[in-house]
Amino acid sequence: MDQLFNRKYIVQGLFIVIALILLGKLFYIQIISDKAFISAESNVLRKIYKFPARGAILDRNMKVIVQNEPVYDLMVTPNEVQPFDTLALAQALDISFEDVRKNLRKARGKSTYQATPFLKQISVQSYARLQETLYRFPGFRTQDRTVRHYPDSVGGQLFGYVKEVSPTDIEKSEGFYKPGDYKGKSGLEFSYEETLRGEKGVINTVYDAHNTPQGSYADGKYDINAVSGERLISGIDMRIQKLGEQLMTNKVGAIVAIEPSSGEILSLVSSPGYDPNLLVGRNQGNNYMEFIVGNPYRPSLVRPIMGYYPPGSSFKPVDALIGLQEGVIDPNTTFFCPHYYQAGNRRIKCEHFDGPISLRRGIARSCNTYFCYVFQKLITKNGMKNQRQTYQEWRDKVAKFGFGAKLGIDMPYERKGYFYTADHYDKVYGKRWGYTNVISQAIGQGEITATPLQMANAMAIIANRGYYIKPHLIKGIGDKNLVRKEYVVKNYVGVDAKHFEPVIDGMQDAVNSSWGTAILSRIPDVVLCGKTGTVQNPHGKNHSVFIGFAPRDNPKIAIAVIVENAGYGSTYAAPIASYMIEKYLKGTVSGERSAQIEWMKSQNLLPVLKDKAKAIKLTKADSLLIKKADSTKRIKDSLRINSATLKQSAATKPKELKTVTIDKPVTIK
Amino acid sequence: MQQQQGNRFFFNVDWITVLIYIALCAIGFINIYASVPPEQTAVFGFSTLYGKQLIYIITGLVLGLSILLFDGRLFNVFSPFIYGGTLILLMAVLLIGNKVAGNQAWIAIGSFKLQPAEFAKFGTALLLARYVGAFNPKFRDIKSIGIAGLIVGAPLLLIMLQPDTGSALVFLAFMFPLYREGLSGYFLLIFLGMIVLFVADFLVPTYILIIIITTIAGLFIYNNRRKQKIIFSTILVTVFAIGYLFLIKVAYEKVLAPHQRSRIELMLGLKTDNKGAGYNVIQSQIAIGSGQATGRGFLQGTQTKYGYVPEQSTDFIFSTIGEEWGFLGCSVVIGLYIFLLLRLINLAERQRSTFSRVYGYSVACILFFHVFINIGMTIGIIPVIGIPLPLISYGGSSLWSFTILLFIFLKLDSNRMGFI
Repeated sequence: MDQLFNRKYIVQGLFIVIALILLGKLFYIQIISDKAFISAESNVLRKIYKFPARGAILDRNMKVIVQNEPVYDLMVTPNEVQPFDTLALAQALDISFEDVRKNLRKARGKSTYQATPFLKQISVQSYARLQETLYRFPGFRTQDRTVRHYPDSVGGQLFGYVKEVSPTDIEKSEGFYKPGDYKGKSGLEFSYEETLRGEKGVINTVYDAHNTPQGSYADGKYDINAVSGERLISGIDMRIQKLGEQLMTNKVGAIVAIEPSSGEILSLVSSPGYDPNLLVGRNQGNNYMEFIVGNPYRPSLVRPIMGYYPPGSSFKPVDALIGLQEGVIDPNTTFFCPHYYQAGNRRIKCEHFDGPISLRRGIARSCNTYFCYVFQKLITKNGMKNQRQTYQEWRDKVAKFGFGAKLGIDMPYERKGYFYTADHYDKVYGKRWGYTNVISQAIGQGEITATPLQMANAMAIIANRGYYIKPHLIKGIGDKNLVRKEYVVKNYVGVDAKHFEPVIDGMQDAVNSSWGTAILSRIPDVVLCGKTGTVQNPHGKNHSVFIGFAPRDNPKIAIAVIVENAGYGSTYAAPIASYMIEKYLKGTVSGERSAQIEWMKSQNLLPVLKDKAKAIKLTKADSLLIKKADSTKRIKDSLRINSATLKQSAATKPKELKTVTIDKPVTIK
Repeated sequence: MQQQQGNRFFFNVDWITVLIYIALCAIGFINIYASVPPEQTAVFGFSTLYGKQLIYIITGLVLGLSILLFDGRLFNVFSPFIYGGTLILLMAVLLIGNKVAGNQAWIAIGSFKLQPAEFAKFGTALLLARYVGAFNPKFRDIKSIGIAGLIVGAPLLLIMLQPDTGSALVFLAFMFPLYREGLSGYFLLIFLGMIVLFVADFLVPTYILIIIITTIAGLFIYNNRRKQKIIFSTILVTVFAIGYLFLIKVAYEKVLAPHQRSRIELMLGLKTDNKGAGYNVIQSQIAIGSGQATGRGFLQGTQTKYGYVPEQSTDFIFSTIGEEWGFLGCSVVIGLYIFLLLRLINLAERQRSTFSRVYGYSVACILFFHVFINIGMTIGIIPVIGIPLPLISYGGSSLWSFTILLFIFLKLDSNRMGFI
């Protein structure tokens, strides 16, 4: 053996070293890194999504009020496209020649081998036209999906709308939503999105290197069938929802009707409304800008749950109930009304001069004096020094009626209304303040505001003699008709049932006696108990308010109606409420009252919009022009009464405030 | 020699090597079968790739066994003629060859295509072995190095003219048998240094390299400042190295074809190109990487099945193995190769004749080059050089030439007790 023999080991060593290098790299790309695996999947897999139909929504009579309609997206896979007759495609789709090119270019920019939307939401008509000639356009295919359809064309704000997800939505959902998915953006579509949306299906198809489909991936093991969304049954009665929207034509305001025993909302009208079908399909964006954003009366504001109104006289029954419960009055307590109420050096006017007035008559006649006395007695029951504490107690008791907090309706963007605590008044008035400072709240004016939903709910409480179930729109989810847990719980307000009857007596008289405030809104054969309200408005006519329930025994419906700038409660709000109730209870409105409905529908009570900058335009005859040109300042004012007041009161010295009386419209700014 | 009476022809044949040979051919067949698009695997026929490969394997085995029937001494005697014959074929291919993918590498005989470069390998190995065996040079002088260089250089040059750089590179494998026979280890080091400098020249600016080289040389000279001879040779090496650096730049631009340049740049990570020249390498790595530890299973490789890796059944057959059999399969294949190579070296070392030993080393090193370059290319540590994976890649010429290469050695080995 010569010494060169050892060179064998060098050669063999080299072989082994190289083999280890190869194995090392293989170990890295096969076991450590999963990059290659992911790339391999994206090489061969194309996912075709199947979009589920959203769940339908029915009304309480099982009538379909939200359903689906098929539409088609035209998809294009750019590298499968061969030269085609651009003009023919443009004609089939009813778009311009340039649009075809532009869309194709856009699709190419996204991906050359994945199908991307070329034109979204083609109508059934265009689809039928296209289907015959689609073979002439290789690389194009259609993708089925569904869009919403609302057969009654009412309830825009109630149902909300569905729209393609935005990048923010995708980010927030942490990848649940993918571009091209649809999502409920407001109303019921939003709050029940998870129930309605269903589950997207996917078909995994394997493609070869030449982008030719090679069949299903892993024998469809990872394919998912689309699952339609679950259906919802709502408490809405479409008959009165529709009637309500018709009655509110050309008026600004809200109607909320609740079934007291269940808390189910029978009708939720926000006026001005819009046809929800406007926000479906290809013109969604344009229509949104034109009819929602472009309308100066702001239909996007869902007034029943977002609008702030002083409850006004409709607050008085609550006052009386707490007074009775606390024992500061009894059903026979009489106060003397000299046409006004003197609180220190403030004087609050009363509409009537009744002399000695009882509780029952006080409610029926809506006597300011009576309820100021009740309030005074409540706040001073522990002496003049403890007013801060008694105010806070009173406030907490009123809050149990649902004021000053969200009721928790199953709709987004509900607001809670203003209803201040003692702490707040400490800040405004310092340590020294008493009932005279906050007396306006006794009659539902001043700093307290409530949404129409809260007002209707207060009526439901009185109708139920002492409790409420959180008002809600959906009473059955899915096939099992589930309902959310919180919507079956009775919330007691801490007032004994026996105290309700005297108050209800007064409310019955308000409608049914010769001295009531709403005697013109009597419903034949039905005992309607209610309360009118006239909410003062410094900028124009007062808001017309009516709250009530019917029938008196075993009530079926509680209602709140607000018509902005319409004047007395008895003129507009009360009749509207009575038509709604009659329609609901009897199915039809009888006799000459149906003629009155037509008259009511024809009333245009839209407030004239003022805008200083464009004041000249007001002289023009075209009212539409004016509306467009005008800002929404007015509407804002009527809805945010108290934010402005409070700012002012915070800035003004208490001394000056004391001199202000309620008949001066300082509380309603 | 009693056993000789039992079976004169197959006496003393190293059956372990034959078994590995058959195992590798079988692995090749299985993976070529898997590489064929699914609609073609439904019918079995000899017109399909795997059908043809089966014919090649069977004929190759017959060819190999018939080689065992020859008298081993014949290969020594006829080596100049075999070598001459392959040179003639190499020249012929330049004149009458068919151009396939830019390379004039094929001679068509009827429907059958022959690749002479494959056969030049064993021709050269035989003649080199004969030269060393006959003269026993120790490669300390220019003359013996020159003769050996000529024997290897002639076919190499002819193959370069086709041009088939990949096959030509394989001829560098002959450095190892020469090294074993006494060629200075410096040649290997210089060769290694040239590769290192070549790669470094792309990654680091030239002037920095020059500074590094001169610094190292300076320190080396300082350490050996009393030995004039070392100082002189160090200076010589330094000058050559720096000259080489500049030569690379020029040669790179002028000599290499654009596609070769881009392959080198891709391998070095100087550019990325997912659709063009880099497509093969990236798709091959994706396929191999997606196999993960145990692979997707036989016929389950999506990249393989749906044609994402070009040259799937020939040069990139390893990607099929990687995808369908995973790291486990790759390790088995590499393990088989390494076992074969180490065994061949051991067999070579037990030869009594220098001829057989040199030939054995040549066979092992040629196989080694093929395996290293081919697998290295599929996993992106070597630029794309189109040479087949021995015994596994689809192709008759390649399979047969490796069969001949290997079985000649097995015959020589079985005769190792005799003198050739």
